[in-house]
Amino acid sequence: MMAKKKEANTKIRLATAWLGGCSGCHMSFLDLDEQLLDLFAAADLVYSPIADIKEFPPNVDVTLVEGAVANVDHLELAQQIRANSKIVVSFGDCAVTGNVTSLRNRLGVDDLLTAVYHEGPGNLPRGGEVDKVMPALLPKVLPLHQVIPVDATIPGCPPDPERIWTAVSALLAGKEATLPEKMRMFG
Amino acid sequence: MSVITLTLNGEMISGLTGQTLLEVIREHGVELPTLCHLEGISERGGCRLCMVEVNGRMTAACVTKANEGMHVNTHTEKLQNYRRMILELLFAERNHVCAVCVMNGHCELQSVAAAQGMDSVRYDYLSPELPMDASHKRFVLDHNRCILCTRCLRVCDEVEGAHTWELKGRGIHSMVITDLNGPWGESPSCTSCGKCVQVCPTGALYDQGSTVAEMEKKHDFLPWILGGRGKKEWNW
Repeated sequence: MMAKKKEANTKIRLATAWLGGCSGCHMSFLDLDEQLLDLFAAADLVYSPIADIKEFPPNVDVTLVEGAVANVDHLELAQQIRANSKIVVSFGDCAVTGNVTSLRNRLGVDDLLTAVYHEGPGNLPRGGEVDKVMPALLPKVLPLHQVIPVDATIPGCPPDPERIWTAVSALLAGKEATLPEKMRMFG
Repeated sequence: MSVITLTLNGEMISGLTGQTLLEVIREHGVELPTLCHLEGISERGGCRLCMVEVNGRMTAACVTKANEGMHVNTHTEKLQNYRRMILELLFAERNHVCAVCVMNGHCELQSVAAAQGMDSVRYDYLSPELPMDASHKRFVLDHNRCILCTRCLRVCDEVEGAHTWELKGRGIHSMVITDLNGPWGESPSCTSCGKCVQVCPTGALYDQGSTVAEMEKKHDFLPWILGGRGKKEWNW
């Protein structure tokens, strides 16, 4: 059975995505170190900011989503992830609660852009015209589960590798990613 | 004091008249979560986490006296569900951003949420704009982290005897204030004893200069002071 699982076509299709977050959760993911070897013996990484894949692929088994939903691009990717993934995991506090990314929620979007780009020191990078290149900010930064249904959460800022491994190894074994109390704390 | 018998989660137990349900329940090894309760100061019954079912009716165990013949259930599905809702509402009401809080890793709200299995918040975060008061030379008040447990009010009034702290407003607009809502640093009644800071369960009150996860609080001064008072060991 184990040998069969290791064949490429029976491997679990794993994806990780990066929305409104600092990438610290992905750094912690890389801190799995030698457990990454066990992970990739059982799973193929089919989409990730640490792999150069442009489009979110279909038929993904498990997707870990770092970051909160802060702009229209995040919203679109989140919906695509949900449509193409069997299991979606909120990966880290920004995805779970909004966390630091949502600190701007007390400000309106216009006030926010003014405070950061117009009233700040130095020259403005661009004029006051509407920028057609950058994705528009949402009025409020939202945790992932308020945008799409989420199947599991890995809290932490960032979640330490032990938490990630506990959740991911359970998911790879087809079990629920329920974390023990010590691994459930935010922050 | 006379002995009473009651039923706790289907088992017959005994307690003493005058004890609260919370005391009796904890004495029998059943853990109930609390946030506003603190040994040594009066009960408030405000956080509602210690709610139990007594003969099918919900009541806060910290403010209910144990009585003969009570049938008490502590962990029914309904109660556990309400406990999670209460915690989620606390997180949604103000800006509890654990990752950048001075009490990260030592906070009672954070640990109670983890213990009760709160994995996310189902309600919309209100993200209110709330001030901080850093006018005191030793301490800081951050309303963003305050859960209105009023431990600070009670310890200041009942143990320090200063009654610097009060509540203003109602419901979701309630805020803790010092004296007549002036800056803490200008409070004529505050003795700067720091008891309020030590009993605060979250990062709402902390020492000046603390940064993320640096603040830890100690409650052990309370039984020490109160015990000494009770035994008349303080003669000055």
